[in-house]
Amino acid sequence: MTMRLGRAALAGAALLTTTAIAASAQTREELMEQHRGGTLRLVASAAGGTIDPQINYTAQYWQVMQLVYDGLLTFQKAGGEEGGVVVADLATEIPEPTNDGKTYVFQLRDGIKFSDGSDVGVDDVVASFQRIFKISGPTSGTFYNGIVGAEACIAAPPDCTLEGGVVGDEAARTVTINLVAPDPEFLLKISVPHAVILPAETPATDAGVTPIPGTGPYYFESYNPNESLVMSRNPHFQEWSAEAQPDGYVDRIEYGFGLTDEAQVTAVQNGQADWMFDQPPADRLNEIGTQYAEQVHVNPLTAFWYAPMNTNLPPFDDVRVRQAVNYAIDRNALVQVFGGAVLAQPVCQILPPGFPGHEDTCVYTQDPGTTWTAPDMDKARALVEESGTAGQDVTVVVEDTTVSRGVGTYLQSVLTDLGYNASVNAISSNIQFTYIQNTNNNVQISVSQWYQDYPAASNFLNVLLSCASFHPGSDASVNISGYCNPDLDARMQAAMDLAVTDPEAANAEWAKIDQAFMAEAPVAPLFTPKAIDFLSTRVGNYVFSNQYKWVMSEAWVQ
Amino acid sequence: MSLPSEPVLAPAAEVAGSGPSRPAEGRGPWRTAVRRLRRNRSAMVSLAVLLAVAALTLLAPAYAGWLGIDPFRSNLAGTTVIDGQSVPVMEPSTTGLGLGVTPIGPTWDLGGYLLGADNQGRDVAARLLYGGRNSLLIAGSATALCLVLATLVGLVAGYMGGIVDMVLSRILDVLWAFPVYLLAISLSIVLLTSAFTIGPVTITAGSLLLPIGIIGVIYVPYVARPIRARVLTLRQSEFVLAAIGLGLPTGRILRKDVLPNLLPTLIVFVPILLALAITTESALSYLSIGVQPPDASWGTIIQDGQTLLYSRPWVALAPGLAIVVTVLALNVLGDAVRDALDARGHGR
Repeated sequence: MTMRLGRAALAGAALLTTTAIAASAQTREELMEQHRGGTLRLVASAAGGTIDPQINYTAQYWQVMQLVYDGLLTFQKAGGEEGGVVVADLATEIPEPTNDGKTYVFQLRDGIKFSDGSDVGVDDVVASFQRIFKISGPTSGTFYNGIVGAEACIAAPPDCTLEGGVVGDEAARTVTINLVAPDPEFLLKISVPHAVILPAETPATDAGVTPIPGTGPYYFESYNPNESLVMSRNPHFQEWSAEAQPDGYVDRIEYGFGLTDEAQVTAVQNGQADWMFDQPPADRLNEIGTQYAEQVHVNPLTAFWYAPMNTNLPPFDDVRVRQAVNYAIDRNALVQVFGGAVLAQPVCQILPPGFPGHEDTCVYTQDPGTTWTAPDMDKARALVEESGTAGQDVTVVVEDTTVSRGVGTYLQSVLTDLGYNASVNAISSNIQFTYIQNTNNNVQISVSQWYQDYPAASNFLNVLLSCASFHPGSDASVNISGYCNPDLDARMQAAMDLAVTDPEAANAEWAKIDQAFMAEAPVAPLFTPKAIDFLSTRVGNYVFSNQYKWVMSEAWVQ
Repeated sequence: MSLPSEPVLAPAAEVAGSGPSRPAEGRGPWRTAVRRLRRNRSAMVSLAVLLAVAALTLLAPAYAGWLGIDPFRSNLAGTTVIDGQSVPVMEPSTTGLGLGVTPIGPTWDLGGYLLGADNQGRDVAARLLYGGRNSLLIAGSATALCLVLATLVGLVAGYMGGIVDMVLSRILDVLWAFPVYLLAISLSIVLLTSAFTIGPVTITAGSLLLPIGIIGVIYVPYVARPIRARVLTLRQSEFVLAAIGLGLPTGRILRKDVLPNLLPTLIVFVPILLALAITTESALSYLSIGVQPPDASWGTIIQDGQTLLYSRPWVALAPGLAIVVTVLALNVLGDAVRDALDARGHGR
């Protein structure tokens, strides 16, 4: 009986779902008819650099690259966690790996054109993968180094052919990608903008401010980093998959640069802009949250603010000091610096809440358990005393931004309380991130942030703390702590291998690795930030994806 | 940027014997100048203001001690008592979406948070006093450094002449060619990213010696040129030619005959340079390339307050007003000092 009722309920649910899907598909067409057109006006304090999608590595432009370019695969243009799901884009479907997980065969869709009117062909796909290496793309050595032939390409970028690695078959319209070893994250890695497909004839140099044709619903019409980035409808775009690349509602997107965050708030309030990129300044948050509450959207981010401690320099070469810092930090206080409990959440782990591999646990708190409750200054002071390092000079290097300076000033206070002669050095945001990476600068402790590239634990733990990410003397040494633990490296490699066959077991292992790293405390996790989108009254159909934040193509302005 | 042209000063020897403005019998030029200065009410008010500002800033540790606070430590989780009730220093928003945390506003009570708190929950009034100390210390030290360097350069270039003058003048030209703030910002950015060593002395990135050195150096050309011009004139004056003719050593001539006659020029420069140094230091600190946190100066407090302009304007207004008042007083006093020492001006 129970079984029958259950089946009936399931059948009913299925019928309802099917009807709802049909209705929503119809609704989408109707909505498109109703709301299509207009100009979306975005504002930011500064441009995000080059608009070459295979080079730009900023969250600011990855958000708009989604509207202009496509890869073989992409992240679904959907709200919430579904935004982290990989779907087929220029490929007809997500291929099953063969050859023991080392080979993927992608079938290319027919009839897709670039914004310059040329057809997307197999040669474009092969050339685009070669270009990642020819331009020495920022992730060529980390995301795509597992492709056969990648090593030779990294050694001699101009001569890159990826022979045997990316093989095209014009007649069958297939592209075969061969890997050196199985990589469970490969499909995620080729879903990010660095692996988008560009015309084969695209020069193998940074495009800078010159737009490259794409396949998305918009194309870059003009770009002046000191003024604006303008996107218009791609006349050759025809929607092939609403979940991969939906057509946009607005006709045109104008992204203006040069307004301060204060001015951006005022522009949105006055309806002169529809959205601001920068976080609203602290003294406007209350006003926005009360008088404009209906125009505000707050969403969690898979990211964390943290303080990397240089494990090769005193006093942080002593694990007790690193643990002491973790015990001493009042993470609630730092949440206040970021704008309060609505905009941030205290954390004492590396993997953010809700992220694959995250398990609630906190050692560095007054009552160790699942969550952080309060700092334990007694334990922190005892550890510092044991280490015998009190009285040493410590400099906290921060970005010259309000929040970063605020966090740095707070850390300086904590270090002073612990007995150090602490100071803060605020340097320009343009150079701080590379400055703190370079061991030649002898940075002891700094403040930094990390946002996911794709939803996998390795994107935090392996990228930020593996021996392979530590390059002494280089500006590109994202393991800022300089922490290298071969045992944990081996465990991370084992977890990545395990993910090929058993992702759940792999995530459980990542949780243990996260805890193992925190026992060594090369970093002090501070808080997980939330994204705040402040929109004008005319913007409708707000959709927030965990991967690329606000999905602009889903929004309308009329 | 505007600096006074070469002050129209008569050398001490000439002042003593000048015509219509000739001082009373037995009264030296310095006493005359002081007497003129004391008669200038604006100057006296300015001097009083400056002394009051200096005294208040010197009282900073006493005030902080009386309050029982450390204005350099964050107090984000702290509380204070207002009207007998304990309130958080950082007030989380409780309306609407609950976004934002606002520091406590001015209590107008000397007993705590007189001017409110900044975004670290620190007492703005106490930081204003400490900041003023640093601003005045940097300005005073930079002025002294600038005058010493400029005097050395001007003296050597003007007296030695020839190739020495040419080389030193071209170096000054090169320095002068840079807009003063561009030069200061460039030097600050280069020097602030790491410590550097001069002989046995290591200057750390956060040291106050850095803004002192930078500000002291960038204004050298503006002072050294008028001094060099003055020395060139003095070099041809009869008493110097007489000293040379007597075969006196160059060092003695410079020390006993030339340098004393440069003093009026140097004194006139003091308040002007102090005012410039205060504004330059504030600008550099505001741009995060002067005084480094947690140290405070009026510039850093303005920067702290910039993010609170809408909700807590006093955090930025208070140091801004302090700079305006101090610089205004210095400029008025500078004009008065120049007038007081300007023998020929009074003679016209």
